[in-house]
Amino acid sequence: MARFEGTSSFVATEDLKVAVNAAVALQRPLLIKGEPGTGKTVLAQEVARALGKDLISWHIKSTTKAQQGLYEYDAVSRLRDSQLGDARVHDIGNYIIHGKLWDAFEAENAPVLLIDEIDKADIEFPNDLLLELDRMEFFVYETRQTIKAKQRPVIIITSNNEKELPDAFLRRCFFHYIKFPDRETMERIVEVHYPGMKSLLLREALTAFYELRELPGLKKRPSTSEFLDWLKLLVAEDIGPEVLREKSAAKLIPPLHGALLKNEQDVHLFERLAFIHRRGG
Amino acid sequence: MFIGFFLALRAAGVKASLREYLTLQEAMHAGLGDFDVDTFYYLARATLVKDERFIDKFDRVFAESFKGVLQPKPETVDGVAAQELPEEWLKLLAEKVLTDEEKAEIEAMGGFEKLMETLRKRLEEQKGRHEGGSKWIGTAGTSPFGANGYNPEGVRIGQQTSRNRSAVKVWDERSFKNLAADVEIGTRNMKVALRRLRRFAREGAAEELDLPGTIGSTARNAGYLDLKMVPERHNAVKLLLMLDIGGSMDDHIALSEQLFSAAKGEFKHLVHLYFHNCPYETLWTDARFRSADAVATADVLHKYDSTWKLIFIGDAAMSPYELIQPGGGISSWNAETGQDWLRRLITAFPKSVWINPVPEKHWNYTHSTKIIREMFEDRMYGLTLEGLDAAMHRLMH
Ligand SMILES: Nc1ncnc2c1ncn2[C@@H]1O[C@H](COP(=O)(O)OP(=O)(O)OP(=O)(O)O)[C@@H](O)[C@H]1O
Ligand SMILES: [Mg+2]
Repeated sequence: MARFEGTSSFVATEDLKVAVNAAVALQRPLLIKGEPGTGKTVLAQEVARALGKDLISWHIKSTTKAQQGLYEYDAVSRLRDSQLGDARVHDIGNYIIHGKLWDAFEAENAPVLLIDEIDKADIEFPNDLLLELDRMEFFVYETRQTIKAKQRPVIIITSNNEKELPDAFLRRCFFHYIKFPDRETMERIVEVHYPGMKSLLLREALTAFYELRELPGLKKRPSTSEFLDWLKLLVAEDIGPEVLREKSAAKLIPPLHGALLKNEQDVHLFERLAFIHRRGG
Repeated sequence: MFIGFFLALRAAGVKASLREYLTLQEAMHAGLGDFDVDTFYYLARATLVKDERFIDKFDRVFAESFKGVLQPKPETVDGVAAQELPEEWLKLLAEKVLTDEEKAEIEAMGGFEKLMETLRKRLEEQKGRHEGGSKWIGTAGTSPFGANGYNPEGVRIGQQTSRNRSAVKVWDERSFKNLAADVEIGTRNMKVALRRLRRFAREGAAEELDLPGTIGSTARNAGYLDLKMVPERHNAVKLLLMLDIGGSMDDHIALSEQLFSAAKGEFKHLVHLYFHNCPYETLWTDARFRSADAVATADVLHKYDSTWKLIFIGDAAMSPYELIQPGGGISSWNAETGQDWLRRLITAFPKSVWINPVPEKHWNYTHSTKIIREMFEDRMYGLTLEGLDAAMHRLMH
């Protein structure tokens, strides 16, 4: 069995690798949590890439029902076809729409199935999928068939902690919490996105970024993805490292605003706190 | 195997289940924890903890359970401490790779304790001989006992140096401490409280017409109408939260706000309004009390009808003037007393309660608290699980 070791475009820490490999080897779902923008969603993509598997993504919304992942019966079309005298109407199978789990189960080679942001759905949603995820099969009442996984897919589930997940569901998963990357890991992440970036600029940017994240009371702490966007901006606008060392908040804010400080409240907070802080430091 | 560790986890409140414990065994048997202590630690963590707020506890129990067998040696070479393998782990691996014969041999040698003892000695001896670099005792194949069966010299002792880690053990870094500390105040309570809050919110959910279901079964029924009902997706509960901000209880109030926000998916509507000490003619939609966020209390009274439920959260502690005297308010002139405004709100929203984070035993010593409590006809509840339960019960029935 191929092991997941990270990829050329994704930095995986040791603990993440262990969790992924355990989930792959024992064929249990892997639940991933972590601050927004810490790579939860791209992880599934990268695992698929590293293991040479297809990726099937199921993005969950507040209205998503577990059943939709299995299949849906399009009775309305059938009713319409019957009114119009369409011959298709005699085969109910014509009106069964496959869900993502169905697709994942039917695939010849076990794919990676991403169930993204499971916490968006109704609180019953995870429980409604327990049996299907356990047995990797389900029954289609309309056509009386059992759909069984040809090979068990690798299942990666992400959550942003909006809702608690039921214990019965949690017991069946491996769990990994993506810790916010430390400076060293962040450098490696930057390296895979922007190889060979000027080290002085990067160093100042990292310092400013981590200082900013530490501001007490920040509504929205900027995350990995925001840091990456910001770096791109700094390079594009040719902002030098000396600007980031700027001691006055008024001068420092413009290059931070937008990419790192996203709302007015946080900008105000920064104005109040950053100056005091930097003057001291 | 590991049963001691597992039980210690549960005793510490990390609610790992038997099922998860068995998964860990399965994973060890599949070779996923081989043969480096960090890997074992990560594997156990991914298997047994399902909530980041408990990782720190897990770390502490892990350190405690494998203490002694996992202590770094005092002398370190190249900054890497030699460590010993957890005894229980060795036993497990032995179980896996050793034949019965070999196990008997270990027993004959004096059992695992003796084995560990021998290994420890061997390590000391080797330290002298090696020129510092690697701290393995011999080299192992896939089994810690060497490729050819039982062989104590095959056991790797000490951390793998290749990854160039510091001597600090991962679990001793306690890097998830913040996640735990942030919510330390009643973390477990919070969770339970949330669950109850949700349950209350779901109670008595009305039924609504299930349109897709009706169409589906009507179609199946060859066009004869077959009505289907389902419980309403979200309860019809509409909640007005009025929060007292700017006092000594801010932390508690923020906590309760968080609690309700976390359950917001269960409410049809959840509206936050803020006041300072006592509500008067103005309320704010934001806790920073900017003029742009001000709303007239009169408008609130008109906008939301009596089907809304109203929850005040505050310490109800203020100078009596703030409550009973026109102009007694601390921030701006109020033509009518706080009591008048409170009474209007209570009348407009018959389903209303006051949640007070101050422990109940102190309520009687504050005059304003007593007045408010009376106004609420004893519908003042503490910010405890019980209080919350009782308050919700009162609101829903
Ligand atoms: N370890 C990493 N290695 C490489 N890139 C990373 C890593 N972590 C995050 N990124 C980058 O950060 C961005 C955000 O990642 P992603 O969208 O997966 O985050 P997320 O955790 O799913 O966020 P959200 O909770 O908002 O959905 C991506 O562009 C990704 O490339
Ligand atoms: Mg995502």
